[in-house]
Amino acid sequence: MNYLNRKASKNVGAKVRRIIFNALLYIFLIVLVIFWVFPFFYLIIQSIRGDTVGLSTTMFPEGFNYTLQNYVKLFTDSNYNFFTWYLNTLFISVVVSIVQTIVVLMTAYTLSRLRFKGRKGLMKFMLIIGMFPGFLSMIAIYKILQTIGLSTSVFGLILVYISGSMMGYYISKGFFDTISKSLDEAAEIDGASKNVIFWKIILPLSKPIIIYTILVSFIGPWGDFMMANYLVGRAEKTSWTVAIGLQQWLTPTNSGLYFTRFCAGAVFVSVPIVILFFFLQRYYVEGITGGAVKG
Amino acid sequence: MADLEYLGMNKFKKFCYRTKNSFVEFPYKISNFFKTIPHKLKNSFKKVGSSLSEFADALIYGDWKTRLSFVFFGFGNIVHKQYLRGFLFLLYEIVFAFYMIGFGGQYISKFSTLGTVATVTLDNGFKKVGDNSFNILLYGVLTIFIIFCTIIVWISSVRQAYNSQRMTEINKKLSYGRDDLKNLGNKYYHTTLLSLPFVGLVIFTIVPLIFMIFVAFTNYNNLHLPPEKLFTWVGFSNFSTLISGNGLSGGDSEKFAYTFRIVLLWTIVWAVLATFSNYFIGMVVAIIINKKGIKFKKFWRTCLVTTIAVPQFVSLLLMSKMLATDGIYNVIITKLGGNAVRWLLDPSIAKCTVLLVNLWVGVPYTVLSCTGILMNIPDDLYEAARIDGANPYKMFTRITLPYMNFVMGPSLISAFVGNINNFNIIYLLTGGGPSYDVNMVATAGQTDLLITWLYKLTVNDQSYDMASVIGIFVFIIVALASLLTYSKIGSVKNEEDFQ
Repeated sequence: MNYLNRKASKNVGAKVRRIIFNALLYIFLIVLVIFWVFPFFYLIIQSIRGDTVGLSTTMFPEGFNYTLQNYVKLFTDSNYNFFTWYLNTLFISVVVSIVQTIVVLMTAYTLSRLRFKGRKGLMKFMLIIGMFPGFLSMIAIYKILQTIGLSTSVFGLILVYISGSMMGYYISKGFFDTISKSLDEAAEIDGASKNVIFWKIILPLSKPIIIYTILVSFIGPWGDFMMANYLVGRAEKTSWTVAIGLQQWLTPTNSGLYFTRFCAGAVFVSVPIVILFFFLQRYYVEGITGGAVKG
Repeated sequence: MADLEYLGMNKFKKFCYRTKNSFVEFPYKISNFFKTIPHKLKNSFKKVGSSLSEFADALIYGDWKTRLSFVFFGFGNIVHKQYLRGFLFLLYEIVFAFYMIGFGGQYISKFSTLGTVATVTLDNGFKKVGDNSFNILLYGVLTIFIIFCTIIVWISSVRQAYNSQRMTEINKKLSYGRDDLKNLGNKYYHTTLLSLPFVGLVIFTIVPLIFMIFVAFTNYNNLHLPPEKLFTWVGFSNFSTLISGNGLSGGDSEKFAYTFRIVLLWTIVWAVLATFSNYFIGMVVAIIINKKGIKFKKFWRTCLVTTIAVPQFVSLLLMSKMLATDGIYNVIITKLGGNAVRWLLDPSIAKCTVLLVNLWVGVPYTVLSCTGILMNIPDDLYEAARIDGANPYKMFTRITLPYMNFVMGPSLISAFVGNINNFNIIYLLTGGGPSYDVNMVATAGQTDLLITWLYKLTVNDQSYDMASVIGIFVFIIVALASLLTYSKIGSVKNEEDFQ
């Protein structure tokens, strides 16, 4: 009896300890989430506050003064036309993500499946090229774009984003490497050409990596600031992207006038990506771990 | 030392022994690396030689048709009725000739001096346009590239002509235009897929890059701006300016060297701290979320993932305002009774702030990727450990950590490289500031990384020469980091294992 009692109390002790430990973990997670989500909560509150347009020292507006005016102004202010920037960025991102996905998949397939002279050399070469900071070449690129007359337009920016896309083959190649080669061989015996194998056999099997590539190559130009600012930052406001525009609203001279509008614009920029992300999160995780897991 | 002896040592001794060994092996590794170079060189010369010998054969044994192909590209193909190839070769030659006469020739001829005639303003106010060093360098590089391609096309044209000649001599079937087109989808499919992307890569990445590497050896800066002024080759003086402080760049030389040392040190410290803090904290959070008994797993993860989904420039610009002196964080801190923190204005606090914000941005990525890997660790490993009486801490250090390190190794390197080039977080958050060190070059601040300094040097100061040198140093750091680690990763070497 005594023995049983002791065992029971020991169990209770372990249970209590586990509950306390778990409670601590929950507290930790809650604190963590507060820290992580707080900025976005702040962003949304600022985007709908009506008592000021500048950077304010209070969290909430005085006198429950909420408004949607900041969002309306995004589309109506002809001086700073957010809507044009938005369309520009959307156009750039869609075009880049389509072309880049095609290029990346083609390169990855070629390097994974076809054997030709200079394949290893090409891979090493691209590895080395990728080690140089990309911005280094911008001055020359700007000049080249000037020569062909695209230096200040959206199309020039598209060209710049697309041109290097071949070098992003790595993760897709890792994926193609894991598809069994016997599939290709079987198809080849049946008389299929490499072209047919690529389109009819490999691509249909690669849905996760295709979606991952589309997602990544869409987000890239959507959130790029450095290249965009260098190329079209000094051009007319109508060819800006959202990144440049929003950054301009936060310069020391402007942040007193445009901070709440910046917040509204930021919400507007983030929403499509957040939605995309929640639907395609699974593929994204597969992509970023896919290359690593096989290691 | 025998294996048994090694096994008998305690942990610390083993560690010392291994450390000692790695130092002992280091010179051998280096010398081995250099020993393989002549071998590799020999092989590559052999390859080049064999293709050249065929080229020479064409001259010696070729008939007049083949010999005429030395002058007219594709002539041999055309007379052997391989019209498609032949005319493409010929077209290339014509285009090349026009390019050289109309465009490339003038630049390549001035390449060695980068122009000698400066633009001068005449007395009557008109400008007499001289050489433009920038154009000469840029289009000179492009032309060199094109000439290089032409040599390859030339050789392959002659080889093909000779090949066709021999094939007809022994009555073998030649590959005509129709076969070639068919082969584009099969035997030459790599050409079909890669040629267009590769041309894009050459024009917009490789040529500009080579151009900028060349700029590192010139004095292209705000004192020598084309089109008004000329710049020219200066050899390695920019490198010596940056490293030792005595070069051509006038009174700023020593400042450059001083700034470079500080920025380089901070870049490396930053990259190491940012990578590892992200990795470990992300892993701990992932383990907590995935722990048995923790509920709402999806909720916790979703909250973190929001940070990834919001574009970086948005969250960083927002953070920069929230961390301002009268920003919301300081308001909260003062309301709670603390003193306002100079988040982005005090040099050492700013460095910590940047690291913290980097955690805020980066940990969700680590959590996402770690979650996938944690789920892949076989449960029976833990089961066995538990039966053997291991406590959670032991299980973490002996099972989870080694497994994670093994799988995440390659992505840690790319994270390290990414952090060295982490432009956004520094530029959008602190703008490189605060800067009140009088010994630094005016534009560089306390939190500037090499990459943001490079950006400022090009955009604000127009010191393109120094920017290029810095770019080359970034390349060297990245290349060293990758070299040291890539060779140890099996997945890079044995790519065919998985097919």
